[in-house]
Amino acid sequence: MQKQYEAVFIMTPVLSDQQMKETVDKFKAILTNGGAEIVHEENWGLKKLAYPVQHKSTGFYQLLQFQADPALIEKFDVELKRDERVIRWLTTALDKHAVEYAAKRAQKRSGQATEQAAAPAQETQSETTENKEE
Amino acid sequence: MATDQGEIRYLTPPSVEIRKKKYCRFKKNGIKYIDYKDPEFLKKFLNEQGKILPRRITGTSLKFQRKLSVAIKRARHLALLPYVTDLLK
Repeated sequence: MQKQYEAVFIMTPVLSDQQMKETVDKFKAILTNGGAEIVHEENWGLKKLAYPVQHKSTGFYQLLQFQADPALIEKFDVELKRDERVIRWLTTALDKHAVEYAAKRAQKRSGQATEQAAAPAQETQSETTENKEE
Repeated sequence: MATDQGEIRYLTPPSVEIRKKKYCRFKKNGIKYIDYKDPEFLKKFLNEQGKILPRRITGTSLKFQRKLSVAIKRARHLALLPYVTDLLK
């Protein structure tokens, strides 16, 4: 029985963009090789931390949402812990309300960032209906 | 005499204040999930030192206060919100 999970991790600002992408790809590979399916991902880029972590005041934030078996999460967390490039991480299971919220957020994000054919079409439809209501 | 009494009563601060009824904004707006990834929203429930405001001030229902406190603590862990600070806003 697979559940939906969400992982946010912070990578050190020392990395170059290339190294940062490699790190993200590594963790995505761990998930997909373990039989998980990545639903959504977001790269928030270099962000300022609210307080210093390991003497660093900034970090690369990465969000991954995925469907996975609960057994995989333990391995995934261990990998995050062992990797020196990751300075902070949090993996949470999503309940039904959170899944709903995550789906909405993913749709919004995909509509903003990449111009996919499906998402903007849906948006325009919803916009027109809203206009009619007004 | 009647007018004098009226003036005296007027000078004392009015005992009955019209207070706006507090409400739980999560219940009112139908928010079911509190996102820990949105620090700007969570800041509405913190004081200037970054402490979580009590329910008696924000009016949040117990159910959502519990969820809110978890969300704030997750945001703190991910360095999206500070644990302690002097001037948050």
